[in-house]
Amino acid sequence: MKLVFRHAIVVGASSGVGAEIARQLAASGCAVAVLGRRETELKAVAAGISATGGGRALARVHDVRDHASVPALLEELVTELGGLDLLVYAAGIMNLPHEGEYDAVRDRTELEVNLLGAMAWTAPVAARFEAKRAGTIVAISSIAGERGRRTFPAYSTSKAGLSTWMEALRNRVARYGVNIVTVKPGFMDTRVLAQVEKKPKGALLTSPERAAELILAAASRGGSPSVFVPWMWWPIAMIVRHLPSFVFRRLNI
Amino acid sequence: MPLRTTAAWRVLDGFGGSVRSLARSVSPASVDELAAAFATARAEGWTVSFRGAGRSYGDASLNTGQLAVDGRAMRRILSFDPETGVLEAEGGVSIAEIWRHTLPHGWWPAVVPGTMYPTMAGCVGMNIHGKNCFKVGPFGDHVLELDLLTANGERKTLSRAVEPELFRAVIAGLGLFGAVTRVKLQLKHVESGRMRVSPIVTETLPLMFDAFEAHMPRADYAVGWVDCFATGRALGRGLVHVANHLHEHDDPEARRSLSVEAQELPGSIMGLPKSLLWVFMKPFTNDLGVRLVNQAKFVLPEPVEDDGAYRQSHAGFAFLLDYVPDWRLAYGEAGFIQVQLFVPDPQAREVFAEALRLCQRRGVVSYLGVFKRHRPDDYLLSHGLDGWSLALDFKVPREAQRLWDTAADLTRLVRDAGGTYYPAKDQVVDAGSFARAFGDRLTRFRDLKRRMDPSGLFANDQAKRLGIV
Repeated sequence: MKLVFRHAIVVGASSGVGAEIARQLAASGCAVAVLGRRETELKAVAAGISATGGGRALARVHDVRDHASVPALLEELVTELGGLDLLVYAAGIMNLPHEGEYDAVRDRTELEVNLLGAMAWTAPVAARFEAKRAGTIVAISSIAGERGRRTFPAYSTSKAGLSTWMEALRNRVARYGVNIVTVKPGFMDTRVLAQVEKKPKGALLTSPERAAELILAAASRGGSPSVFVPWMWWPIAMIVRHLPSFVFRRLNI
Repeated sequence: MPLRTTAAWRVLDGFGGSVRSLARSVSPASVDELAAAFATARAEGWTVSFRGAGRSYGDASLNTGQLAVDGRAMRRILSFDPETGVLEAEGGVSIAEIWRHTLPHGWWPAVVPGTMYPTMAGCVGMNIHGKNCFKVGPFGDHVLELDLLTANGERKTLSRAVEPELFRAVIAGLGLFGAVTRVKLQLKHVESGRMRVSPIVTETLPLMFDAFEAHMPRADYAVGWVDCFATGRALGRGLVHVANHLHEHDDPEARRSLSVEAQELPGSIMGLPKSLLWVFMKPFTNDLGVRLVNQAKFVLPEPVEDDGAYRQSHAGFAFLLDYVPDWRLAYGEAGFIQVQLFVPDPQAREVFAEALRLCQRRGVVSYLGVFKRHRPDDYLLSHGLDGWSLALDFKVPREAQRLWDTAADLTRLVRDAGGTYYPAKDQVVDAGSFARAFGDRLTRFRDLKRRMDPSGLFANDQAKRLGIV
C-alpha cells in the first residue's frame, strides 16, 4: 500500500534536495511547511510552489541550531497545516578542513546542524507519531557516515550519528506503525558539494530532482527502509564499510 | 527555561492500552520542584494532570497536549511505627514498596487493589477498593491525614478533623485539587503472611449472591469470578473465593510467612518463565479460547486441604493482576477496556443478569467478570454504594463500534438503576450519566473546585470527558 502524504514539514528546504522534496510534495497536493535559515532562498522556494499552483506552502525562517525553539514551532506548524504525517529532515552542512587544519568550533557546528538539529526535530515528531500509530520520518543522512573520513571528519561523524539515531528511532517506533526512513545519498549536485574541488561526474552525480523522486518513492513504500540513493551506492557502501582499516587509511577518499 | 522547551514528550496510555495520547511530562523530586512546575505551567497556559503508576484503565492520567506530572520521583517512605502500624509516605510510593517495608513487622495495607503497583497519590485520587470492601470500606477510610499542594502553591494538611469537606473531595478527587504529596495511613495488623482461602462453586448468578450473603459475616475477603459465556440457567455461573486472615495459633508457618521472600509471586508457572506467559495467552484471547479456559476453570477442582481450603500468601491472593506480567498485551494492539457496573443492592441481581444477557445478545462477551460487594462512603465522587459491582473486561476488536454501543448500553443500565461509576476503570461513561449518578455531590465538588482552583489549573482527559471540569 502506497503512503500518501497530506501534511508535511521539510526542515532544510531553502535549497538542494530539501527544496526539491518540498516542491514535489506540494505538486502531489501535500500541504508543506518549508523551514530554512536563509530567508530569501526560502521565500523563493515557497513562492515557486505557490506560483505553480501545486498546493499550499508555509515558510518559516528557522536555524536548526536553535534546538529550544523546536517544540513551540512544531506545535504551531501542526496547527497551521491541520495535521502532520511526514517530517523530512534535510538540513546539513559540510566542512572540508585543509590538510593539517583542526577547527573544533566548526566541527561542533556541523554536529549541531546535522545531528543535534535532527534529534531535536525527530524526537518530538516520533512521540507524536507513536501516539497516533502512524506517520513517516525521513532524514537525509549520507554514505559518508559509513566510515570516518579524512576529508570531512566531522561531517562523516555527524552522519554516522544520524544513521544510528534513525536506526534507534526505527527500533523504538516501527512496531507502532511509524515509518522511519534513513536516506544515504551518494554525491548530489547541491550546495554541499559545490566546495569539493574534484567534482564527480556522470553516473556518480545525482541531480536533486532525481534524488528527491527516489527519496519520496522510498518513503511512500513504507516499511521503515534505510536506502542508498541511487541504489548503486549500496554495493559501493558495502565494500567501503568492510575495508580493513589498514587499507582504508591509505586511500585518498 | 520554559517547560515548553524543556519538558520531555511522553506517549501516555491507560492500563487497558485502548487509549493513548501525547503530553509533556516532568517528574519533580520535591514539593518545591512541584510548586515550581505548577507556577511555570500556569504561566505558559497549560493544564496539569497527575500520573503515578499508570494503572488506571482509561484516560484518567492523560492530558493530551498539556502537562502530565509524573509523581514517581517522590517516593520516600517517611516514617513507620511498628507499634501502631501508622505509616507516612510520599505520594509516589507504591503499595508494593509499602507492604515490603511493613509486612515483616506484621502490618499489611488495610486496602489493596488487584495490583501492587499503584501509588499512594493514585490510591487517594481514585479511592481504590479491595476484595474486603464490604468489610473495611475503600482506601480513603484508612487515610488518617494527607498533604495537598494546591493550585496557588499552598501546602495544606487535611484530615477528617481539618477541612473535612476538602478532605472528602480530594479522596476520589481525580487529582483535580492538586498534588497529594504525603499520605498518613493506618495499616492492618496481621499475625501470619498467609490466608485461608476457600473456593466455592456457584452454578448460577443468584447462587453467587447467596454465597456472598452467607459468607460475608465471617469473611475478611470475598471475590467472585463470573464466566460471562454461560447462558440459560447457568447464566452468571462462577467461583467465589472467600479468605480469612490466619492467627498465629492456626498457622505453624506464621512468623516465617511474614517475610518478603515468602510473599513473592513465583517466577515461573509450569516451567514457563512468567515474563513470556502473555505470549502463550494470546492464542486464547478470543471468544473460543476464553470459552475453553472458562469451562476448564469452572469444572476443574482447585487443590484444597481437608478443611476445604488452601493457604495462600497475601500477595498471591491480593495481586491477581500481577501474576502474569504484561498479560494485558495478550489483548493485542487495540487493548481492552473494563466496564465496572456498580448497582444498588435491591436492583443488582436483575441488572447483572440483564447485563450478561445484553452482552451475549450483542456478541460482545466479556473475557473476565469479577464480582464484589461494596458499602457506601462519604467522599464526594466516590463510587462506593450499598450494593454490588460486576467488572467486565472486553477486548477492543478491530471493528470496535459494537463494543462502544454495548458499553453505552451498560452505562445506561447502571444509570437507570441508580448506580455509580468508578473513574479508575472507566473509559466509556458520558458526562450526562456521570452527572446523574453523582448529582448534588458533583455540584458540591465543582463549587469547591472553583474556590480552590479558580483558573482550572488541574485537569485531565477523563475529567473533561465526564464533564467534571
